[in-house]
Amino acid sequence: MADTATLPRSFQEIILRLQSYWASKGCAVLQPYDMEVGAGTFHPATTLRALGSKAWAAAYVQPSRRPTDGRYGENPNRLQHYYQYQVIIKPSPPDLQDLYLGSLRAIGLDPMLHDIRFVEDDWESPTLGAWGLGWEVWCDGMEVSQFTYFQQVGGHDCRPVSGELTYGLERLAMYVLGIDHVMEMPFNDPASPIPLKYGDIFRQTEEEFSRHNFDGATTEMLFQHFKDAEAECERLLAFAPEDPKSGKRIVMAHPAYDQCIKASHLFNLLDARGVISVTERQAYIGRVRALAKRCADAFVTTEAGGALGGAAA
Amino acid sequence: MPDLLIELFSEEIPARMQGKAAADFKKLVTDGLVEAGLTYASAGAFSTPRRLVLSVEELTAESRAVREERKGPRVDAPVAALEGFLRSTGLTKDQLEVREDKKAQVYFAVVEKPGRAADAIVAEVLEGVIRNFPWPKSMRWGSGSLRWVRPLQSVLCLMVDEAGARVVPFEIDGIRAGNTTEGHRFMGAGRFAVTSFDDYRVKLSRAKVMLDAAEREGQIWQEATNMAFAAGLEVVEDRGLLAEVAGLVEWPVVLMGQIGEEFMGLPPEVLQTSMKEHQKFFSVRNPRTGRIERFITVANIEAADGGAAILKGNQKVLRARLSDARFFWENDLRVAKGGMGDWAEGLRAVTFHNKLGSQAERIERIAALAREIAPLVGADAALAEQAAKVAKLDLRSSMVGEFPELQGVMGRYYALEAGMAASVADACRDHYSPLGPADAVPVEPVSVAVALADKIDTLTGFWAIDEKPTGSKDPFALRRAALGVIRLVLVNGVRASLLNVFDRHFSIALVLARKVGEQISGEMSKTEDADLLAFFHDRLKVFLRDQGIRHDVIDACLAMPGNDDLTLLVKRAQALQSFLTSDDGTNLLQGFKRANNILSQAEAKDGVEYSFGADPKFAESDAERALFNALDVAEQAIGPAMRAEDFAAAMGAMAQLRAPIDAFFEAVQINAENEILRRNRLNLLHRIRAICAGVADLTKVEG
Repeated sequence: MADTATLPRSFQEIILRLQSYWASKGCAVLQPYDMEVGAGTFHPATTLRALGSKAWAAAYVQPSRRPTDGRYGENPNRLQHYYQYQVIIKPSPPDLQDLYLGSLRAIGLDPMLHDIRFVEDDWESPTLGAWGLGWEVWCDGMEVSQFTYFQQVGGHDCRPVSGELTYGLERLAMYVLGIDHVMEMPFNDPASPIPLKYGDIFRQTEEEFSRHNFDGATTEMLFQHFKDAEAECERLLAFAPEDPKSGKRIVMAHPAYDQCIKASHLFNLLDARGVISVTERQAYIGRVRALAKRCADAFVTTEAGGALGGAAA
Repeated sequence: MPDLLIELFSEEIPARMQGKAAADFKKLVTDGLVEAGLTYASAGAFSTPRRLVLSVEELTAESRAVREERKGPRVDAPVAALEGFLRSTGLTKDQLEVREDKKAQVYFAVVEKPGRAADAIVAEVLEGVIRNFPWPKSMRWGSGSLRWVRPLQSVLCLMVDEAGARVVPFEIDGIRAGNTTEGHRFMGAGRFAVTSFDDYRVKLSRAKVMLDAAEREGQIWQEATNMAFAAGLEVVEDRGLLAEVAGLVEWPVVLMGQIGEEFMGLPPEVLQTSMKEHQKFFSVRNPRTGRIERFITVANIEAADGGAAILKGNQKVLRARLSDARFFWENDLRVAKGGMGDWAEGLRAVTFHNKLGSQAERIERIAALAREIAPLVGADAALAEQAAKVAKLDLRSSMVGEFPELQGVMGRYYALEAGMAASVADACRDHYSPLGPADAVPVEPVSVAVALADKIDTLTGFWAIDEKPTGSKDPFALRRAALGVIRLVLVNGVRASLLNVFDRHFSIALVLARKVGEQISGEMSKTEDADLLAFFHDRLKVFLRDQGIRHDVIDACLAMPGNDDLTLLVKRAQALQSFLTSDDGTNLLQGFKRANNILSQAEAKDGVEYSFGADPKFAESDAERALFNALDVAEQAIGPAMRAEDFAAAMGAMAQLRAPIDAFFEAVQINAENEILRRNRLNLLHRIRAICAGVADLTKVEG
């Protein structure tokens, strides 16, 4: 367990402390999902595992991409690629707020010295067909986390309800470390033989991807890939559950959901390229949501989705 | 008699819901107790971010026993009747009594309901209230099925009498009621037991929870104003923010912070909005310069360092926010100085409504209409047109993109920056008004012209595409727009025929509504005109009723010609209302009604209209002759008064008819044997009707 008596000194130390804190509280510490996603919620460990009756507890870092937020590495707070820390526990434990406050203490935010508040904020993801109630957590007037009790995902009622915590890692770390510009934030320990700042790692990629997102990406290709992902998602779900090769019941919920994730990211890129009009926007979001719902429908028929005898049938 | 104390302790309740929740909690529980046969002396409800609390004093310890008797069928009635009676009473035949009733043997059911202990009733009522609580939004959590606004963590439910405090046996979704609670999330020291409401309140306060929201508000306001005063400044009052902030803390700690000098150039509205919306800060103003120089934030904790870290953090967050705002402001100023052409161009791409075209097209329509309305409101037509063309350009500015509530306010700054006249700039800010019944009505002529044009375009447009409000659905706020027009017209004494204004504009709206291939006929637009005017009349009725004008008085005036001139209409209604409250008025009304009834009956019977003019030579009595004279005098006075729209004078002259009419009816029999006399008298009654009908349609007046 990391030393929590002292203040963390780097971005990675904050991540390590969160990892070790949530591990100590019994979460499976997962790794990031290996696809481009807009937020930690898209990781199947959250989206799909929030469905069905099975208990679940996971924590992970998720690199997240928001192509429209690219600022060529110049804006002190905005990035097109950033990190979220995500905790998901099902059913939500009665002391989730206290567990969460413990994680703030672990990274050096003492609630006796700082003003921690739970301010109403209802969460909704139109692309995932998901919503929940909860708060944004404020520390001295700054939003440091999103705290949500999932009520619905992919159009399905969540029973039991999952508690989801999302930390915006850069913003939180900048606050804890007292940094004004994200690129100035120490990534590893400043006393390391080779100290690296956030900017040493990400300034150039922010520039490159900003240019890519706004001007470089080929829109015809993106449109085509969106259609392909959409079609593939539906095709995978149309397979009969019985797999002739293994003789098992295998619903391809996760592969189909991968295509849903792809479609979502392609839409975000098209949006950044400015080629989706205001009216078309809603239609695209609706198409991604339809995929998410179908994946959710499929997942709840599987064993991990809590279907009784899902694997045996 | 026992006192009752209930606390529902949960995770943080949204600030905006707390006040209503406390009131609902009190009403639902006390109503439930009363319905179950209990009475109480007084009750008070409280809310904090984490609790809803109800204290009921002097509750009766048990409900009164009730004896109910029900009469059933006769003993000799068919069996089915008896069976039905047994079913409905839940009794068996041998439990019924047989009594003599109206000389027959009749079954009677006597049901005794013994009194019930208040504890059991409280538990029952509380369960119902929790399960059906009217939260605007509620949720489930964990594995449970209970719904509450956020997870419910504990229930405290105590009955306190001479013998001490006892917990009311109660359990909901695995939460068992107890006698303990906890204090402040961070400054409290674990759970503690309480023995009464007073004990509860004192211990909470010791555990750093101020139970009463009003007390928290008072404390915040007092501390804030004291701090500002000590610095020679004043807090900008904001009651909504105060209530919200008081709902975000259980123990308010007020801190005052600095705003960087580099942000002082921002308009005060921008500072205020940014601080309020994002940070829930109060603005602190320098009374000499009007500048916002500091902020007040309310923390929920007495920090060991006196709040230094909290203030430092808040200032850091504010700096980031205001840097964004300054970036927007500076960008916007560049566009404004260049004449705002970029924004005008941008609005071409913004759809107002898919059947009503883009924002740019809408602005063209409003500008044309504003130009037309200008002379009616005393505005310069060119200025009104210019103002209408720029009034909505700020919708494309970065600042309004970030803070939509600053629309108009920013427009005024940008118009000034673009070198436009002050009246044009003010119209940018004021043309949305009046937004609600409490919002001030613009009076500057250019603003009035644009405000009217904006609203009338909205109304005719949505009428043209048949998107009218129905029932409670009014997605485009058309009722508000109509009320806005009404208030603009009345406050400014605008004299105009709304039908004329609509008519021309409808044709434009209909064309724009892209009714492809459909010829826009004058007839069509006439129908829509009348329909829209009727909508205005409905809104006007509601508006005037709120001002104490009777609905029948309004109807009497609506039935008169020129009812699309609202100023005239209201003038008439006010005069009629005050006329009808006078003795002469009420009596004249009776006289009129009597004359009108007799005349109408005769006309119906005879199948003719008695409007040939009565001849004084057939007058038989003095009373009859006097009425002839009085009608002549009245006609001479009323005509000019009506032409001068002096309704009070016209009605005054009408009032003079009261005595002669009364005397006439006293002395004269209308339906005389002599047919010539009868007809002459009916024709005389017709004169009464005609004179009155020229002033208002008194047949619509009740009484």
